[in-house]
Amino acid sequence: MIEFAELVQVLGTSTKTNDKLEALSQYFLSASDKDKVWVIALFSGRRPRRIASGSLLAQWCCEISNLPFWLFEESYHTVGDLAEAIALLLPQNNETNLLPHSLSYYLEQITALEKADEATRKKFIVDCWMQMNTEERFVFNKLLTGGFRIGVSQKSMVNALARTVNTDPSIIAHRISGNWHASTTDFIELITEHSLNIDFSKPYPFYLAYALDDEPQTLGEPHEWQAEWKWDGIRGQIIKRNDELFVWSRGEELITEKFPEYQILQTCLPNGTVLDGEILSFKASPTGGGLEGAVLSFALLQTRIGRKNVSRKQLQEAPVAFFAYDILELNGEDIRNKTLQERRIELEKIVEQVKNNSLQLSPVIDFDSWEALAKIRERSRDINAEGIMLKRKSSTYQVGRKVGDWWKWKIDPLTIDAVMVYAQKGSGRRSNLYTDYTFAVKNGDELVTFAKAYSGLTDKEFAQVDAFVKRNSIEKFGPVRTVKPELVFEIAFEGIASSNRHKSGVALRFPRIHRWRKDKIVDEINTLDDLKKMLEMYGK
Amino acid sequence: MQQLIEFTNKGLCCPQGKFYIDPWQPVDKALITHAHSDHAKACNKYYLSHSLTKPLLQARLGDNNYQTVEWNEPLYINGVKVSFHPAGHIIGSSQIRLEYNDEVWVVSGDYKTENDGISGAFESVQCNVFITESTFGLPIYKWKPQAALYNSVLEWIQKNKEKNFSSVLIAYSLGKAQRLLTAIAPLQETVLLHGAVWNMHQALVSAGIALPPVERVTPETPKERLKNSIVIAPPSAESSPWMKKFEPYEVGVCSGWMQVRGNMRRRNADAGFALSDHADWDGLLTAVKETGAEKVFVTHGFQSAFSRYLNEQGIESAEVKTEYGTEDEEGQIENETI
Repeated sequence: MIEFAELVQVLGTSTKTNDKLEALSQYFLSASDKDKVWVIALFSGRRPRRIASGSLLAQWCCEISNLPFWLFEESYHTVGDLAEAIALLLPQNNETNLLPHSLSYYLEQITALEKADEATRKKFIVDCWMQMNTEERFVFNKLLTGGFRIGVSQKSMVNALARTVNTDPSIIAHRISGNWHASTTDFIELITEHSLNIDFSKPYPFYLAYALDDEPQTLGEPHEWQAEWKWDGIRGQIIKRNDELFVWSRGEELITEKFPEYQILQTCLPNGTVLDGEILSFKASPTGGGLEGAVLSFALLQTRIGRKNVSRKQLQEAPVAFFAYDILELNGEDIRNKTLQERRIELEKIVEQVKNNSLQLSPVIDFDSWEALAKIRERSRDINAEGIMLKRKSSTYQVGRKVGDWWKWKIDPLTIDAVMVYAQKGSGRRSNLYTDYTFAVKNGDELVTFAKAYSGLTDKEFAQVDAFVKRNSIEKFGPVRTVKPELVFEIAFEGIASSNRHKSGVALRFPRIHRWRKDKIVDEINTLDDLKKMLEMYGK
Repeated sequence: MQQLIEFTNKGLCCPQGKFYIDPWQPVDKALITHAHSDHAKACNKYYLSHSLTKPLLQARLGDNNYQTVEWNEPLYINGVKVSFHPAGHIIGSSQIRLEYNDEVWVVSGDYKTENDGISGAFESVQCNVFITESTFGLPIYKWKPQAALYNSVLEWIQKNKEKNFSSVLIAYSLGKAQRLLTAIAPLQETVLLHGAVWNMHQALVSAGIALPPVERVTPETPKERLKNSIVIAPPSAESSPWMKKFEPYEVGVCSGWMQVRGNMRRRNADAGFALSDHADWDGLLTAVKETGAEKVFVTHGFQSAFSRYLNEQGIESAEVKTEYGTEDEEGQIENETI
């Protein structure tokens, strides 16, 4: 565990990508096969099931350290990370108590305790704490609390692994994708060709686009590019192999069960087919017709996510379709190296052949000049799209985020001026800084909160707001500070929907701080009526 | 009833003695705990400090009416018995003890309970009322022993040397910088100093304090000298173009805030050493308990949490708002010239 704790330390604090790669490679060269499999699993989002909630861990930590719970909470909010707060608060261990167990030892114990009773789990965790140093406790707590974001991307892990086993990163990315469990997987089997033969559900790594910040003219000739709508749904892959159907989300989560609408594809799609596209809430109009009013908002789709069982009502109110825009495998053959143009022809054939409402072809937008396309892009919101995708016709289907061939050309966000009313300390590198804010608009003499935002300011601006909060807050304890409504910000967001969960009656999509309006005072912010007008215009 | 020390908008005031302690606005008579800029401000008509603090005040504030006193040498000001006692924070740093009508108050200024070997060992002073700082007044702040921290600094420098990188240590010019010099001394290598650190260093050396040999970085310093070197620079230099001289280099930040990973990531430091001149949680608690004080006032830091905890432990406590602590939070306020 010490080696892994050291690796996490370097990954979490190093500022140079190369140092991180080097540390990972070193780890892959020296660790046991079992530990390696677990590291691959952890850094690709495969975590053991939680055996203790955060509040239980907190409670046990307070018992051992003899601290009142309020002081634990103050400490936790200051650290901004539960795993780290616990590691720092537990009493220090003597060198002599430390035990050199391996990473896989702990993870296998955790996995084995999934069904044990609380007392057994508590004993295990407390015993572990008592045989670890602070750094080990931190990573152990990270393993327990689930979230394992420690400053390294899956891409870096894949690159380091590829380097140590001397294989192309895109091949490694594919082999470690899909449905496998670290406790039952052998390292050699996982990273060799073998893995593809035993797992029929294995998805391909998604190709991701970069945002187009310049004018599209910089991309060259329009006819070299294919334009499509940039949908606001869930990116997904549909796989039909061996008479089975698998639906994967971009987060490499198997979500087949959540979308019964796609079951029909198990029969209609030919074996050995993999489609890339967008899961969208969609109601085909009975008369055929255009996309307007047929593609529904993300807010509706959201009602389908996160539920184990989909109700009949949900199926009726928020039916989904798969908008396919690429084909990666045809007749069992990986065709990612063919050009987009060639793949598109095959895709259109398949969709035509299936002829079912649950599988739609994401249309190609006809345009002959960038100016004309810019005009079309302005209509994005009418069909619940976020803008336009530009894909080079001659491009292959690549792995991960690569510059050059795929661009997202998003529409400008909606904006509104609002005042900050609450602040909360952030987490991670914003530890002990007030960086999470709640904003309000005016309604007569009242202020009505309508959005939270955490991003969009520079470090320097965050420091200034932090100082303001510390000087102008009412409460002394607890995570949230009510502040004097004085600082005005322009809030940008991608969409707006009605919501009865929020006092304001609206819910925003991707709210963030656009800029600090130091030139404005509270009297000049927008009103609840302004928000309602936006809801009227864009909220359907 | 008038207290021996009143908390006013100019600072901690002793009405009976007609003086202030570490005032943040100009006053006639100022008693100074230590030479950091949030405790020792300009424009007072009279300064009384420990003798080792005087050269630092001179370097920082120019010529003024400075009077000095040694530790444990009582003197009387308008009937109030005043004495200075080591606080262990930086060179010359003192707690100030006031006694009048059988009541004893102690103002700690900033302090640390671990003896760093150069600032004087913190002395526990019995009192009725203790005024304590709380910069690191949460139980997440527990320092490793100085020897262990010094070792990690040395190991880090060695690692950098192996790949021919310079090691730039970021530390406050006054206090931390001198501790680091002692930490690095075993390497027997002349350390390079940023101008601001150099100024403080000179002031201390001319006051007769023995410190390892150093070299100031100037525009004339030959390029070869800057390569693969050990450098100490203040926080204000951390993200300035001045750092480019040392390329390739690694940055190691030395501050109690480095105890939390998020802070380290925010600072973009290659390494962080939780080396502090302030008492940690256990240090604060021990110091408070050992004074035997029946009432404790808590100033700058996590004063709400620390004060509440003391109350729950049966030690009567209240928070006090001051203007101290700005140096740690908002970076160096020193006049930095290269």
